[in-house]
Amino acid sequence: MTRIDLVTITQEAIEGLNRRQCEVIVNSIFDAIRDALAAGEKVELRGFGSFKVRQRRSRDGRNPKTGEPVHVPPKTVPYFKPGKELRERVNGKTA
Amino acid sequence: MTKADLVELVYERIGFSKKEAALAVETVLESIRTSLIEGEMVKIVGFGNFVVRHKEARKGRNPKTGEEVMITPREVVTFKPSQVLKNAVQDGAAGPDVEA
Repeated sequence: MTRIDLVTITQEAIEGLNRRQCEVIVNSIFDAIRDALAAGEKVELRGFGSFKVRQRRSRDGRNPKTGEPVHVPPKTVPYFKPGKELRERVNGKTA
Repeated sequence: MTKADLVELVYERIGFSKKEAALAVETVLESIRTSLIEGEMVKIVGFGNFVVRHKEARKGRNPKTGEEVMITPREVVTFKPSQVLKNAVQDGAAGPDVEA
């Protein structure tokens, strides 16, 4: 499933919306989550899951190709934790 | 940020009823859930991929009691952020809106 499928499903589900409006809806959702995370904010979508940012410490790594030691600087990375309903439903439990 | 904020944003951008804005947001989230439940991955270019992975049974420990317990095999949802999302988070800057 891709972005395009989400647009099609949204258009089928809601009467009176054209394709362009459905594209705006789908894009708005992902853009808003991205912007919130970029601002360091947490995104909590009940029944779906939550998106957060996590800090990764700097570490000493190695270039896997050359074996050369490299210093990996600290990083801020996005993280998703599935919500209860999603966790249960992928395991065949009806929520 | 919560679902209510997403509904408000969709309402502002599309300008139909709040009720339909809420339905639209819920439709998108439910479509992603349904796809994952059916075992199909969801690939959102510029955002990331949601994938269901199978975890085999393994031995674990109750962290409170120290007692050894068997963890049953299960399906778990994982999210792999795209490079675009990782960069946005790392740089702390809001990215450009995706043009359809």
